[in-house]
Amino acid sequence: MMRRGFVQGRSEADTPVRAICEVMARRREGAYWQLSFSSPEIADRARPGQFVEIAVGSPGALLRRPFSIARVSRQGAFASTVDVVFDAHGPGTEWLTSLDVHDLVDVVGPLGTAFPLPQRKVSCLLIGGGYGAAPMYFLADELARQGLRADMIIGAASQERILSAIEAKRISASVTFTTEDGTLGERGRVTDVLEDVARSCRTGVVYACGPNPMLRAVSERCRELELPVQVAVEEHMACGVGVCFTCVMPVRAKDGRVRMKRSCIEGPVFNGARIAWDETRWRNEPDVLDDEPDEQPVQRLTDAELWGEG
Amino acid sequence: MPDVRRIDPNVVDTARDTGIPVDDVELAVELAGIALDNPITTASGCFASGAEIDRFYDVTELGAVVVKSITLEPREGLPTPRMAETPSGMLNAIGLQNPGIDAWLERDLPWLQGRGAKVIASLAGKSVEEYREVARRLRGRGAVVGLEVNLSCPNVEHRGLVFACSPDQSAQVVAAVAEEADVPVFAKLTSDVTDIVTVARSVTDAGADGLTLINTLLGMSIDPETGRPRLSNVYGGLSGPAIRPVAVRNVHQVATALPDVPIIGCGGVRTVADVVEFTRAGATAVAVGTSTFVDPFVGQTLVAELRSWLARRGIRTITELRGKVVA
Ligand SMILES: Cc1cc2nc3c(=O)[nH]c(=O)nc-3n(C[C@H](O)[C@H](O)[C@H](O)COP(=O)(O)OP(=O)(O)OC[C@H]3O[C@@H](n4cnc5c(N)ncnc54)[C@H](O)[C@@H]3O)c2cc1C
Ligand SMILES: Cc1cc2nc3c(=O)[nH]c(=O)nc-3n(C[C@H](O)[C@H](O)[C@H](O)COP(=O)(O)O)c2cc1C
Ligand code: FES
Repeated sequence: MMRRGFVQGRSEADTPVRAICEVMARRREGAYWQLSFSSPEIADRARPGQFVEIAVGSPGALLRRPFSIARVSRQGAFASTVDVVFDAHGPGTEWLTSLDVHDLVDVVGPLGTAFPLPQRKVSCLLIGGGYGAAPMYFLADELARQGLRADMIIGAASQERILSAIEAKRISASVTFTTEDGTLGERGRVTDVLEDVARSCRTGVVYACGPNPMLRAVSERCRELELPVQVAVEEHMACGVGVCFTCVMPVRAKDGRVRMKRSCIEGPVFNGARIAWDETRWRNEPDVLDDEPDEQPVQRLTDAELWGEG
Repeated sequence: MPDVRRIDPNVVDTARDTGIPVDDVELAVELAGIALDNPITTASGCFASGAEIDRFYDVTELGAVVVKSITLEPREGLPTPRMAETPSGMLNAIGLQNPGIDAWLERDLPWLQGRGAKVIASLAGKSVEEYREVARRLRGRGAVVGLEVNLSCPNVEHRGLVFACSPDQSAQVVAAVAEEADVPVFAKLTSDVTDIVTVARSVTDAGADGLTLINTLLGMSIDPETGRPRLSNVYGGLSGPAIRPVAVRNVHQVATALPDVPIIGCGGVRTVADVVEFTRAGATAVAVGTSTFVDPFVGQTLVAELRSWLARRGIRTITELRGKVVA
């Protein structure tokens, strides 16, 4: 029977678990909601870029819902916590807003691949779009711990969809906001400021999370600027654990062939340059990049130098 | 007080304990001559290669692992979106993404064999000859204890019609596979036919040793706002609790008509109560599909809970319940 503190899974530190977690806090974050739940097992295992699958109780909802891990706190007085940030727009996310403190949620995690951290001292540019900014705070914490410089670009449609602006300022060396309606920061998209920010911050590597069309635009701009880029993608997931093959992304392998990779287990973090964006279902999205860059950014490293890939 | 029921739809076992020690319960079953430690297996396409769930628990605790359907050539499958949630179920259109028989034999089977799992290999193809060739390459592979013929593939030689919809063509495929096979052969049927008993008879006459009932039901979902189908492939297979009554009906119909043919019941199994329901309808084993997506531990949990469910009721073997529907 399910009970408080119930955890199912192997004890190895790198394997995900299923845990019944207590909701510790639920609050608004601009247009979003933030949920903190206690789970030492998930908090201890989690790394930036990974996600959790939460069971939702709304009528007709069968499948779990995936959410990026926005932050973990490993030093809680009695229980470490995991935070997620979400946009309430459908039955599952609406149901999550109805949870109260001390309610129990059924969570599987941490799942998926984490952002690889640079093996050299380079300055990192973290780009978040909408709620996709959430894992960037976790990543920025981790980079700070490693003594690496992190700059941020946080973009959204409007000011209230910019996630935790103050937190972004606190945690990064510099932060640039972009909103499509101009209510905060620069009017436009994250890609409009990418080149300037990358040059002035001497960016060596880019990380991005947000809607897939944004990730495509960021990846393409990074290719032009010869900047390595790691992106955390979103694809509809039925299982989140690698068994159903619903969540695939077309990824170019080293032999040049495009293969459908499961974004829940072989991702959600992929090398942005490797995704065959033309073969995703977003191929009909308008191209947000039209102008050519006039100058190259300062730091350039190969993938092998950065991540130790062959 | 937290409301635990809100987050787990599992049926609460309310039986008063008047039973026997748990250790006295025997879960082992014999499935068309295959000895299984328990009747819980996986549904093809819902367990990938096995290694994915082995991160969570030891997959050899399951009676058998039914692997994702394997084709002659590797397949990348259909474009996304490949799934849509529906009330109590989901639609999928994966398009049989799989590494192909050679890569599977080289990489996935040795892993399962090394773990000591009993493997039922599911095979698929576009033509009778393709099924035959995959079956041929599966000969003499130690861990493979059975073959499951996925008949829900369009037949390229026959106007793209799904094999399973035609008793004759299903029989041709099964006959070809049975000729090559050195282990029992199960034919996996669809409920999307006028009379499943006719198809069941046809494939068992052609050499199937058992049946898996049922595959997904063909469905469709349209986004009311955009008017677009939710799946890139427009139509997809419906699975999950939504199809369980249909699957139970099919198992019962076929078990009644062909009482000697062993059946793997499949469709929306989530709880021990569902396992018992399929067993009463006439199934020898059950396959768990979509529930694994909801709870990766469901297979392991079912094995453990089935034993105590039976013990509490004083039932010593699961086989005592097979076919027991009270008039
Ligand atoms: C790896 C990953 C991380 C994510 N992180 C976050 C996050 O941090 N914050 C957040 O607000 N959202 C996040 N999402 C998207 C979030 O999972 C969906 O918005 C949510 O599942 C919608 O559920 P619903 O019932 O409210 O809406 P519905 O639209 O009714 O959902 C119906 C079905 O579609 C799926 N679905 C709908 N939208 C998406 C989507 N954008 N991506 C994937 N599946 C979707 C749902 O999981 C569900 O199965 C993430 C998705 C993925 C894949
Ligand atoms: C994502 C997904 C993939 C599937 N792939 C296969 C497959 O490759 N071969 C097959 O015979 N059945 C396949 N099926 C059907 C299942 O094996 C099973 O028959 C069906 O889902 C009903 O059981 P369930 O309700 O427990 O999921 C698939 C089902 C799903 C949901
Ligand atoms: S969501 Fe099932 S394989 Fe990725």
